[in-house]
Amino acid sequence: MTLNATESQDHISSYRTYFFIWAALMLLLVATIAVAKVEVSRYSVLLNLFIATVKAGLVLFFFMHLKYENWFLKGVLFMVLVMLAIVIGLTFSDVWYR
Amino acid sequence: MENTASEYESFYHGKGKYKGILSWLMSTDHKRIGIQYLVALLTFFSVGVLLGLLIRLSLIAPGKFIGQETYNRVFSVHGIIMIFLFIIPGVPVAFGNFFLPILIGARDVAFPRLNRFTWWIYLAGATLVVFSLFAAGGAPDTGWTFYAPYSIRAKANITLAVTGVFVLGFSSILTGINFVTTIHRLRAPGMTWFKLPLFVWTLYATGWVQLLATPVLAITLVFIILGRVFGVGFFDPSKGGDPILYEHLFWTYSHPAVYIMVLPAMGIISEVIPVFARKKIFGYKAVAFSAIGIASVGYFVWGHHMFTSGMSDTARIIFSFITFLVAVPSGIKIFNWVSTLYKGSIVGSAPIYFALTFIFLFSIGGLTGLIIGSLEPNLQLHGTYFIVAHFHYVMFGGAGFAILTALHYWFPKMFGRMYPERPAKIGWFILFIGFNLLYFSMFILGYEGMPRRYFDYPPRYFPLHLVSTIGSWILAIGLAIIAGNLLRALFKGPKAPADPWGGRTLEWTIPSPPPTENFAETPVIRD
Repeated sequence: MTLNATESQDHISSYRTYFFIWAALMLLLVATIAVAKVEVSRYSVLLNLFIATVKAGLVLFFFMHLKYENWFLKGVLFMVLVMLAIVIGLTFSDVWYR
Repeated sequence: MENTASEYESFYHGKGKYKGILSWLMSTDHKRIGIQYLVALLTFFSVGVLLGLLIRLSLIAPGKFIGQETYNRVFSVHGIIMIFLFIIPGVPVAFGNFFLPILIGARDVAFPRLNRFTWWIYLAGATLVVFSLFAAGGAPDTGWTFYAPYSIRAKANITLAVTGVFVLGFSSILTGINFVTTIHRLRAPGMTWFKLPLFVWTLYATGWVQLLATPVLAITLVFIILGRVFGVGFFDPSKGGDPILYEHLFWTYSHPAVYIMVLPAMGIISEVIPVFARKKIFGYKAVAFSAIGIASVGYFVWGHHMFTSGMSDTARIIFSFITFLVAVPSGIKIFNWVSTLYKGSIVGSAPIYFALTFIFLFSIGGLTGLIIGSLEPNLQLHGTYFIVAHFHYVMFGGAGFAILTALHYWFPKMFGRMYPERPAKIGWFILFIGFNLLYFSMFILGYEGMPRRYFDYPPRYFPLHLVSTIGSWILAIGLAIIAGNLLRALFKGPKAPADPWGGRTLEWTIPSPPPTENFAETPVIRD
């Protein structure tokens, strides 16, 4: 079986890109802590889940090279993300209205 | 095609790196791994049946037959063994392993060594679970659901059993990854998605559920262990935790797990019905997509296990609605099987008896599921035997009978021997009678208010409990006849031809039992 293009190529990103991603992750970490401290009512969990999703997305796309993968792999990951969001949403339909 | 050559070496005689027992235990051949899983599963099933018989015996009449603590342990261990060691791994690891590569025209799964590794993980998990039954502290008494906060405080060997189930989960996840990858990457030339056998479609949907749902169970069980060992109060209200959160997390896995058990079972039925009706399956695409539909919608209905837990009304209404939605793809399958049978030239061989029984019993299980999927009846019936009956109609009447169907359908291919049909049908008939006496009585008991998980009951429930217990004996006789018949055929049955049933899928194009490499040359699918 032949390897497809994404498997046979190396993708080398610049230090500059990695540095910016790292800086963004640090900023988002500060934001996470800030949200926890400020207690923006019951939406703080949602806000932190959103920040965590962005952080995971940055790691996946740049550090784990998802950026260079084909649409199918991205689609699979998106599907998983949607399922997780629905699961969390359904759980909150209990927690918020109990 | 060269695949039906009369002179060949079956996988039982294939030469590998190891000899003797190691040639099995170290083999990466999917067929050998499948057979080993099957042996392990049927062993645990036998233990589970014996424990079930003991439960029924203790409930034969009012009064204390076995002590309440022992009773709690017996029904918990019955559940843990049947669910985690038999029916969840069930169809995929035994029949999926054996037949998936053959059905798609491949020589093995995508990751044969990983496949071998899953077997060892399964064995390690099973050993931990079995060890928890005998170690000091006593067998778990929490039920198979390990509900918190009791599971955090109970003195029994919960930590050990939970660790065992945690380990078993990894076996399931890795099998899921392996199957999904195999189906994507190793299909024979011409085996497009809509030419895949329907059993493969269900294994695909199941693979995704294994992959996405099992990690939730893993983390939940870790929380239980952290609670027991380090006193972390995730689920302990006295420490600010939430026991209902445990139920959410547990059922977020365990309801999709129902589909891990039932989806591939449906796949087996979708294979057997067309072969013995001598027709193509009615509505192939609808049946294939309904598997995906069940897998995806089934992921979001876990809350119907929690209608009486104190969950919010909003959540209860939402979960009840989604529960009704998941009945639609299940109904599609039932109607398509029945439509396939319509005007078919039905051959009355043993596998079709079991397959038709699946449709009948699973329909009862499914329709009673709609009763308890509605909020109002659920509040009345949730804590009663009605649930026990519904559960066993779906699990045993559904997944269990599908395994029996698969055993009778693929036995000639797996072992290269034919079995006599008459004892199989006699066993089936006795099993069918015993099954319905055993479990239908429970529907009525539940409807009359008999609570589940109790070791004793008021005398007014005596007649139906007696019928149920007698049913359990009849069921056991039926199982014994079926097992005896197949075991005898294993050693003394006449040799099986390549295609004893007139099947049209790829496994019937190769000799029985299959050669080590499955196909002498890679099949090309044309029509």
